[in-house]
Amino acid sequence: MLQQLVSRLLSAGVVIIGVATLVFLLIHLVPGDPVEVMLGESAQAADRDSLRHELGLDKPVAEQLMNFYGNLLHLDLGMSLHSKRAITEVLGERLPATIELAVAGMVIALLLAFPLGILAAIRKDSAWDSGSMTVSLLGVSIPNFVMGPLLILVFAVWANLLPVSGREGPASLILPAITLGTALASVLSRMVRASLLEVLNEDYIRTARAKGLAERVVVWRHGMRSAMLPVITLLGLQLGALLAGAVITETVFSWPGIGLLTIEAIQTRDYPVVQACVLLISSTYVVVNTLTDVMYAWLDPRIRMGGR
Amino acid sequence: MLPVSLSLRTWVPLGVCLLWALFAVLGPVLPLTPDEIQLQHILNGPGAGTWFGYDDLGRPILDRMIMGAQTSFLVAFFVISISVVLGTAIGVVSAWLGGWWDLLIVRIVDIFLAFPGILLAIALAGILGPGINNVVIALSIVSWVGYARLSRAQVLSIKERDHVYAAIALGTRPVRIMVRHLLPLIVAPLIIEATFGVAGVVIAEAGLSYLGLGVQPPEASWGSMIRDGARYMLVAPHMVLAPSVALMLIVLAVNLLGDRLRDYLDVRTVRE
Repeated sequence: MLQQLVSRLLSAGVVIIGVATLVFLLIHLVPGDPVEVMLGESAQAADRDSLRHELGLDKPVAEQLMNFYGNLLHLDLGMSLHSKRAITEVLGERLPATIELAVAGMVIALLLAFPLGILAAIRKDSAWDSGSMTVSLLGVSIPNFVMGPLLILVFAVWANLLPVSGREGPASLILPAITLGTALASVLSRMVRASLLEVLNEDYIRTARAKGLAERVVVWRHGMRSAMLPVITLLGLQLGALLAGAVITETVFSWPGIGLLTIEAIQTRDYPVVQACVLLISSTYVVVNTLTDVMYAWLDPRIRMGGR
Repeated sequence: MLPVSLSLRTWVPLGVCLLWALFAVLGPVLPLTPDEIQLQHILNGPGAGTWFGYDDLGRPILDRMIMGAQTSFLVAFFVISISVVLGTAIGVVSAWLGGWWDLLIVRIVDIFLAFPGILLAIALAGILGPGINNVVIALSIVSWVGYARLSRAQVLSIKERDHVYAAIALGTRPVRIMVRHLLPLIVAPLIIEATFGVAGVVIAEAGLSYLGLGVQPPEASWGSMIRDGARYMLVAPHMVLAPSVALMLIVLAVNLLGDRLRDYLDVRTVRE
């Protein structure tokens, strides 16, 4: 168990170093001279040289990479070219908005996915089943940047019930959270259904039924408990989709989080900020997935006891 | 019951996809005027003589939708072709060779998978600059990984089979073994994955264009049409609705087709 844990953590570390390396290389993919692209063609030669020096781009690539790793260890992500402030400070400002949106989206996804998935599984091949799976297929086929504007059209423009965009008060959270949550709910409900169906075919479920237990008890106490395991893994994986979806959803609703920051930074060619955002989102994803794996192993007695 | 090949659930999505391909291929020869500005029609909704109305510059939306179909089809075609060929080649070779080479590939795949969704594509497209070529490059860099992982796993599960050993014993060259003895056995899951991949690429291309990182004006993409339309939602909702519905229809059709293909090709899901 301990050995598994250590090797899992080590490989997560390797992945994060790899991610950081790819993110470092991004700035070298800028066509032409990155400094010229960032400052524009009219910039003074002296300004270019000073920026080049500041970003360390005048040094050999290997040395740049070592400096990049070193700065990361000190949580120093450099300066934003656009706002002339430390990037960590800018990220810190934007992070709460993204966390708020992600949590709200996740809650909506869970509230939708579990009833839909469970209903579809216990009434397999009924109208409930095909109905909820059709809803879920529709959900998968509607991207965030279609769902968002449609919700704005109906609830903000036509019905005039909710704000169109921005982050002012709890009402402004509703539409972005629904946009993000429904996308996740459609994937999740399929997983809940598949996982519960598999478990309900097990022998011990038949035993529970034969004992004369109420169907409710069979499904909830005996079925859901083991059906939850694969769903938890998927939740970890889907957090990634949620974070990536947040980039687009935040742009649709002008929600001032990390995702909108990424797009703003791309538009203003503030490449160090783009790098920092991508690194932050990806490493969050890796950390959450590693935690999910560890938790999964801990929750599943077959894996937890495996080493004994 | 009707055989799979005749059922409506196969023909309807297939028809939608074929229509999409047809518009994409015929787009250049159809008498379209996607860039023609008619000031008297600005923001006019659907009505007599026009199916989908006009946009904020007075351009006909139907013509621009067909241009958008062309954009999404071309991007999907190239991205899927490039990433399936590249990913499968890397995955098959990696599984066949094993050892250090395989470990390295698995690590690289893990690193690419650590970027959630289209985040890496957004960053790449943002840094490479806009344009359809860069969209194809950015999405291919992100997509090959899935095919590499799938084909590697598939080859690992069949490389110990007798016919492979027989081929080795006969002195068949490795390239020939991979192409003639391994590839045919792993094609079915790859086709299914690629079909769902098309839906993913269509959404991703529209997403990048929505963010302003895709094709550049005056060229049309459903994603950029949705973004431009969002500003006029109060007065001209048709500008958002038309490309949104087209996008959903295509993605839904491709996903349904993928489901049918999986039922048809994949032995594991054959009903008991």
